[in-house]
Amino acid sequence: MIRKVVNTVSEALEGVYDGMTFMLGGFGLCGIPENAIAQLVQMEVKDITCISNNAGVDDFGLGLLLQKKQIKKMISSYVGENDEFERQMLSGELEVELTPQGTLAEKCRAAQAGFPAFYTPAGYGTEVAEGKETREFNGKMYVLESAYKADFAFVKAWKGDEAGNLIFKGTARNFNPCMCGAAKITVAEVEELVPAGELNPNEIHVPGIFVKRIFQGKDYEKRIEQRTVRQRS
Amino acid sequence: MLDKNGIAKRIAKEVQDGFYVNLGIGIPTLVANFVREDISVEFQSENGVLGMGPFPFEGDEDADIINAGKQTITTLPGASFFDSATSFGMIRGQHVDLTILGAMEVSETGDIANWKIPGKMVKGMGGAMDLVASAENIIVAMMHTNRAGASKLLKKCSLPLTGVGCVKKIVTNLGVLEVVPEGFLLLERAPGVSVAEIKSATEGTLIVEGDIPEMEI
Repeated sequence: MIRKVVNTVSEALEGVYDGMTFMLGGFGLCGIPENAIAQLVQMEVKDITCISNNAGVDDFGLGLLLQKKQIKKMISSYVGENDEFERQMLSGELEVELTPQGTLAEKCRAAQAGFPAFYTPAGYGTEVAEGKETREFNGKMYVLESAYKADFAFVKAWKGDEAGNLIFKGTARNFNPCMCGAAKITVAEVEELVPAGELNPNEIHVPGIFVKRIFQGKDYEKRIEQRTVRQRS
Repeated sequence: MLDKNGIAKRIAKEVQDGFYVNLGIGIPTLVANFVREDISVEFQSENGVLGMGPFPFEGDEDADIINAGKQTITTLPGASFFDSATSFGMIRGQHVDLTILGAMEVSETGDIANWKIPGKMVKGMGGAMDLVASAENIIVAMMHTNRAGASKLLKKCSLPLTGVGCVKKIVTNLGVLEVVPEGFLLLERAPGVSVAEIKSATEGTLIVEGDIPEMEI
């Protein structure tokens, strides 16, 4: 068994510097690497590029990094719900690259799986395809999209073991598995870190080979963005 | 004339037994409320769930179980969770039978614009471009005209496109239309709406063949 455990979040983020590109898992505020984000804020790394489906809200998630003006460029599919983001984008302080959601996921998975690029129908005939190679297959048009290159991937799982194997819960899975192994160093934080052998190998969502460092996360807030309920009758 | 619930109710009639359906935000979300109870349908949300159920009872919300609108949801028996690449594999691979989404504009050649208004804050396309480029069966749910009274069914979209030549059917507050090579073919009128009213609210080419029935909802 190859041990992937590090004891602290600061150890987990060793080697993070200004100007790097990071992948961050999560959809909205669901399944985001809360501990890694808090550590990036504390380290005050600047001029970073973040690949993340969304950009958090004003006072949580990636919004915390935006507040401190640590992000130079955001690569996302949807960036509503954040006033500070809007202000920085409109003033030109923040560079934004909008990418169709399925393409964003696949650009991560391609990096993980060793594909330099792939063809997708998404965005053909729109401004997303401008300047990109297009090609017809079986009578339909496709756009060539390339894999992302990133220095670190920060992901969050429900359970993980010492070997770096991961299991996710509910829709907190989202982009996290696609980003594992898609950057030079993948750091996984988990709600529950268990000894090797405790997770059933049949039920692993991401094998430990895709994870470089794993640590026991703490103080998860798991904020709900839209609390929708129905009344008990 | 139909209200938003009326549009959703009419679209619900297009949902068939055994369909996997992706619902967009807005009017499309309402469709789930009107699907016949004697058929089996599974709703997909692109953030990674198939078999979505209703909102949870108060106190049962789980931050880890949400839909693409970031709302807390529940799952039904037979549901599954998966990652985002798998989710869009379902969509791109045409395993999802029906996609219902809103639009700002649709052109008579089936182009759709629903993600960007130049000069205004751009929030992003989310999964819309993947959905419209991939789905075989797309129904657009929208009002026939915008707030300023201008037609949303055009010869050519004026806003940046989300997808090209992909819309097949449109249900609006005024009627049901199909996109055919010659333009918008009028299939049904909303209750109390005349063909003349639909014609004046449609900037694109409207094709009217014979008597247009009033829709049953």
